[in-house]
Amino acid sequence: MQFQKRHIGLLLYILFLLLPIYWLFNMSIKTNTEILGAMTLFPDNPTLANYATILTDPAWYTGYINSMIYVGINVVISLVVALPAAYAFSRFNFTGDKHLFFWLLTNRMAPPAVFLLPFFQLYSSVGLFDTHIAVALAHCLFNVPLAVWILEGFMSGIPKEIDETAYVDGYSFPRFFATIFLPLIRSGIGVTAFFCFMFSWVELLLARTLTSVEAKPIAATMTRTVSASGLDWGVLAAAGVLTIVPGALVIWFVRNYIAKGFAMGRV
Amino acid sequence: MNKITNNKAWFLVLPVFFIVAISAIIPLMTVVNYSVQDIFDPQTRFFVGTEWFEQVLGDSRLHDALIRQIIYTLSVLFIEIPMGIAVALTLPRKGWGVSASMVLLALPLLIPWNVVGTIWQIFGRADIGLGGYLINLMGIDYNYAQNPMDAWVTVLVMDVWHWTSLIVLLCYAGLRSIPDAYYQAAKIDGASRWAVFRFIQLPKMQSVLVIGVLLRFMDSFMIYTEPFVLTGGGPGNATTFLSQFLTRMAVGQFDLGPAAAFSLIYFLIILLVCWVFYTVVMNAGKQGEQ
Repeated sequence: MQFQKRHIGLLLYILFLLLPIYWLFNMSIKTNTEILGAMTLFPDNPTLANYATILTDPAWYTGYINSMIYVGINVVISLVVALPAAYAFSRFNFTGDKHLFFWLLTNRMAPPAVFLLPFFQLYSSVGLFDTHIAVALAHCLFNVPLAVWILEGFMSGIPKEIDETAYVDGYSFPRFFATIFLPLIRSGIGVTAFFCFMFSWVELLLARTLTSVEAKPIAATMTRTVSASGLDWGVLAAAGVLTIVPGALVIWFVRNYIAKGFAMGRV
Repeated sequence: MNKITNNKAWFLVLPVFFIVAISAIIPLMTVVNYSVQDIFDPQTRFFVGTEWFEQVLGDSRLHDALIRQIIYTLSVLFIEIPMGIAVALTLPRKGWGVSASMVLLALPLLIPWNVVGTIWQIFGRADIGLGGYLINLMGIDYNYAQNPMDAWVTVLVMDVWHWTSLIVLLCYAGLRSIPDAYYQAAKIDGASRWAVFRFIQLPKMQSVLVIGVLLRFMDSFMIYTEPFVLTGGGPGNATTFLSQFLTRMAVGQFDLGPAAAFSLIYFLIILLVCWVFYTVVMNAGKQGEQ
């Protein structure tokens, strides 16, 4: 890669992206006195005390565990139900297929704020309120349609002759699907899992409404602790930095597929 | 690819149908139910017909929120789409820079939305935030907690920070699918930089740009968490957008009827705009091919 003039714009843009994140990190390793004191670009006495507070207090770290659990459940559910459906959409015509596909996508357009109260009542009435599975199911509302959409794009890129050859060779559908087809679209599955993880991990409105104590997500823990104990900026910043870490790790694993995945496999 | 007609495919789709139906149809029916009834307690309720719809449509606070929302969404689209295209054009095409830029660009997309709000809440403060401090240092009196204009701009800049990368990554995916031969042909023809962009790169980006515009429209039209954390809708009502208005009505004041009526209108607006945009673009594409 040679350095060219056009890269200056890119570097400026990346600087714009990173500066606020750096500032959050910078604050997380300062003491509160230094944060409220003079403006310093680097901490005078870097401290890990804020992180220690979070990692030793169950009220904080269970939030992370809760978020991980419901995001994990959501990714698994979304993939398991979306894989056969995406196959059906990419390979067959059937009565109402276009309407069904459009209806699925409209759920991505429903403002979560619209569904807050009904969701709360629905999950309360079946006794699922404040469980991980409730949040995971609620997030399926936008993640399952998205998963079907992305997977359908990737599956349509696989020639149909492969299916036909396999059937001629005597493969049953489940065996063909599991041993031949899934390995062929594994990058698509990875990208889909990434997207489901992303939208479930960043969503707070539904997650907060459907939980109170047992399954409370980390993001909700942050807002509540701040309003309760005054403003402990250092701990707040440290908690924020820790919510960025899982996302950063996931991006690292799928970095080579991101661009294609963002285009939903449709380029 | 011509597909086989086979209605047994419905069996493959059924799990998706059920799981989305539980989360979509039952709550939607609840909303419809609320929107036509006046509910005092679970036993006492009256059918009121379209009364709530009339009340909501005539509400001047709602009109203000709707106008604020439209201006905001248009600003988001007009800034993020061109900026996203511009950044995508500067991205390296191969080498170690690709992976590095991908990771850095995608980073804001994976930060929980309320943390995005927190980041900018801190960054924009004049006393402890670098951004607010620098702006005030330049002699501009900036305070997003008191000045409505500052609050509005801060929410907009936050959105640009948060979501432009999505457009960049989409466009980059489109650009990567252009074979090198196209560029070589353009070079031989002596095409200008603008002509290359207009006739080679832009057409290849069209389908991803449609996805990008739709996603950014929907999500900016539904924006809730980030302004809620950053400004709480204030100062005054300067950053109270539709979702904020709705939750305040439903949860804060517990006006279930009007809130439900408004929910349905809100949902229909998004559906309608997406459908019109998609149809118009697709028709324009077909005419272009003829």
